[in-house]
Amino acid sequence: MPVVEQMHFPWLECSVVFPLVGAIACIFTRDKAAAQRVAIIVSMVTLAFTLAEWYDFSQLHTFEAHDNWDFARWAFGQDVFVIDELSAPLVPLTSLLYLLTIFSTLNTKLGRFPFGWTLLAQAIVLATLSCRSPWMIVFLMSIGCVPPWLELRRRGASTRVFSLHMGLFVAMLVGGLFFLQNDILPSFASWVPPTMLTIAAILRAGVFPLHLWMTNLFEHATFGTALLFVSPMTGAYLVVHLVVPFVPAWAMQSIVLLSLVTAVYAAGMATIQTDARRFFCFLFLSHGSLVLIGLEVVTTVGLTGALCVWISVAISLGGFGLTLRAIESRIGRVSLDRFQGMYEHSPTLAGLFLLMGLASIGFPGTVGFVGLELLIEGAVGVYPVTGLAVVIVAMLNGIAVMRAYFRIFTGRKFQTSAILRSRRSERFSVIILTFLVLGGGLWPQPGIESRRHAAEALMKIRRNSLRAMDARKRAIGFGVEVEPGKWGGGTL
Amino acid sequence: MVPNLLLTVTGIVVVVSPAALLMMLGLTTLFRYKLSEVAISGFAQTCSITGLCASLCILFFMLATGVRDVPLEFGNWVSLHNLADTSDITDEMSGPIESSQHATPSNAPHAGEFHLRMKFVFDRLSIPFAVMTFVLCGVIGAFAVKYLHLEPGYNRFFLFYSIFQLGMVWSSIAGTIETLFFAWELVGLSSALLVAYYHDRASPVQNGLRVWAVYRIADAAFLVAALSLHHLSGSGDFAVLMGEGDWPFGKVSITEQQALLVGLLLLIAAAGKSALVPFSGWLPRAMEGPTPSSAVFYGALSVHLGAFLLLRVSPVLEASKTLSAIVVVLGLVTMIYATMATRVQSDVKSALSYASLIQVSIIVVEIGIGLRYIPLIHIVGHACIRTLQLVRAPSLLKDYSSLENAIGDHLPPSPTVWQRWLTPSTRERFYRFAWERGYMDSMLDDFVVQPFVHLFRMANRIELRCEKFLEGPTHSNERAAKERRKT
Repeated sequence: MPVVEQMHFPWLECSVVFPLVGAIACIFTRDKAAAQRVAIIVSMVTLAFTLAEWYDFSQLHTFEAHDNWDFARWAFGQDVFVIDELSAPLVPLTSLLYLLTIFSTLNTKLGRFPFGWTLLAQAIVLATLSCRSPWMIVFLMSIGCVPPWLELRRRGASTRVFSLHMGLFVAMLVGGLFFLQNDILPSFASWVPPTMLTIAAILRAGVFPLHLWMTNLFEHATFGTALLFVSPMTGAYLVVHLVVPFVPAWAMQSIVLLSLVTAVYAAGMATIQTDARRFFCFLFLSHGSLVLIGLEVVTTVGLTGALCVWISVAISLGGFGLTLRAIESRIGRVSLDRFQGMYEHSPTLAGLFLLMGLASIGFPGTVGFVGLELLIEGAVGVYPVTGLAVVIVAMLNGIAVMRAYFRIFTGRKFQTSAILRSRRSERFSVIILTFLVLGGGLWPQPGIESRRHAAEALMKIRRNSLRAMDARKRAIGFGVEVEPGKWGGGTL
Repeated sequence: MVPNLLLTVTGIVVVVSPAALLMMLGLTTLFRYKLSEVAISGFAQTCSITGLCASLCILFFMLATGVRDVPLEFGNWVSLHNLADTSDITDEMSGPIESSQHATPSNAPHAGEFHLRMKFVFDRLSIPFAVMTFVLCGVIGAFAVKYLHLEPGYNRFFLFYSIFQLGMVWSSIAGTIETLFFAWELVGLSSALLVAYYHDRASPVQNGLRVWAVYRIADAAFLVAALSLHHLSGSGDFAVLMGEGDWPFGKVSITEQQALLVGLLLLIAAAGKSALVPFSGWLPRAMEGPTPSSAVFYGALSVHLGAFLLLRVSPVLEASKTLSAIVVVLGLVTMIYATMATRVQSDVKSALSYASLIQVSIIVVEIGIGLRYIPLIHIVGHACIRTLQLVRAPSLLKDYSSLENAIGDHLPPSPTVWQRWLTPSTRERFYRFAWERGYMDSMLDDFVVQPFVHLFRMANRIELRCEKFLEGPTHSNERAAKERRKT
């Protein structure tokens, strides 16, 4: 077993435990303004922990590392929380998104936004992103569905769509992993576990046609909750950790094919939406699918591109969603079938909306450009049609983003006596996100280099898993007993 | 040694001066620091003049020394070395996609390297274009100071103007196809936003979106072409892509079929940017923007960018006779179309925009038949005269109005030769064709946009029905009631 390096402090455990404690404090705080203050402080400290963890990890120059004074290891007898090059930047990025969402919640929405449950969800997501044990990932991803479900119930909305999809997701995930580890199925049913894991992955990632839960969630939950549930892209994380190492090539290729269809379909749907939330949801689906496509582009360039797009989509669409949420806080549900003319009232938000939208479509000079370029470059070299489709997706998304910008911010003058200008907390978020988007776009080399290392490690894992599967196939062919739980390349 | 250093410094000034303007205006906007009109115009003028002086220095140096090509390297913007070999993975994979992996071994990227290079080049094509850009942007910047005085969107105009200027200058002097694409996109974005400058009204905004949609199609074609060229020649550097020899004497090392394929994609990109058929519909729509932007962007600079692209990749055109023929035909068709359309326009800016298109299409024909310096001279001359015409247009209308007031009637229309040659019904048919702008927009709407919209709206309806079904009857009724209340 390879020796895992150790960081200098239990950053990972602190970043999980701290929001957990904050969540309990918030849930028992009656005053909503006080709950927000607590949530902001907790999120800030958590962000500091995760940034420190990223820095500490980067100083170790290793592929993976675990906490110092690892309590979870002592309790469970194995490395539960391990950070690797893939998740190292994702953890602070997720923390930042939670902080900005909590921080930019306006007073008018304090009553509706559940700060306690949000912190709980943050703890679960951070634990998921820091976790390596397959069963622990399954557990965390399953309980991660609870806070949005509870919110849907609390708001009196139908939970059936969400329950059906997430129930199926959990069942497939648990079943797939169980059958994979316990070799109880006959050999002719060997396709069952990978199929179950594949279905689980496409359900969680919202791949067409199993994406209805996502539009439903965006429609009925608070925008903040829906945004935070999808933007860390735990579905893609699941694919990397539980699908890529365990499933054969045909399963990954079917994910790619469906993701390709989703990317084009969702981009087309985004261009015709009349409701801003549905528009955002489809835009996110389209971009999220690009990441999944890239995960199967088996060149370093393509995979590096996919991992870059992952980060850029999380930043840009996170910011894009926050802007949309800020507009919603002012004028209610935003309709795209008529012009809203919000520019004069909120030019800062208009600028951020456009910048984030452009970054998401990979506009030059923004964080998304190099990632998309690498993804297309990699895809064109391996699957030319995929490369062409990615270009078409970027084109359609570009039109959708500009259409939404024009519909929300221009076309007429929005008449109101209320003051709708951006608040200090929103301006803070704008500046942070702008620097991330432009900084990452104008100085992309460090980020690209880090993603390239992660891509190479992932390719190694994929290669090992394919070899292991091939060996297993041959072993079964010769009637040799194979140790249960060693279907694919094993674990990260 | 000293001339080289001087050239490098002046080259950097050319590159940096428009970027400095954008950075200044962008940062002040981000931090909500309000600059005065004088300060904004002062920065804009300073940057234009500085860039112009630097580019003139390079031009004089090149003329004096006979140097034809001055590259300016900024190194790799992104670089990935020692990329792992992936063949063992692809070999082990099976399934339907496998065949496509092995079908394109010659097109695979060069193993072990990936670069996005930041390189600029000053040659006989780029320097005249850069000088022209600085001159016209400077002139229009000065004109806009008065034209937009006390306008609430003054700062916004100059912000977009700075993006445009940066895009145009960098497009002109781009030494790699990635740099050209970067700048090309900036031009597209600023153009769309400037068309929608008067954003309190719906019409300019709709036209801005139309322009953006056409540009996105052109950009997509350009991106695919750029990546294809990258794959075929293994580099994004024009010096490598276009083979040995300074512009216009380069020779590409790709086959005729490859040149045709890549050339067609580049032609789509150029057609989108230069409003050639079938993308001509956006040009009169772009005139919704303020006159200074219409003049310099769609009348003079932006509209020539497609022709510039064709000139830059002229060795690709030379590699395929079929491609050259297609370029000529496209130019001729656009020329006939624009000639008819310009004669029936009811507003001066639209008429001038189609007049521009006539000249652009002639330039395209010139490029197609293999000329190189003539189209370049044509571009520079036409851009200058058209800018003058467009900025003069508002006061010309006033002059006409004064004249008509003085004589107490409309000015008599001058008879045309067509009145003698064609019957009234034929003339009427042509008139309707020209008035409807060749039915080009309506054809695009009917055959591309509407089917697309109908298809996805249908999918949206099906999705909503499925969602309602899954939600169950109680919530579906509640949702319906909510929707009714909303209506």
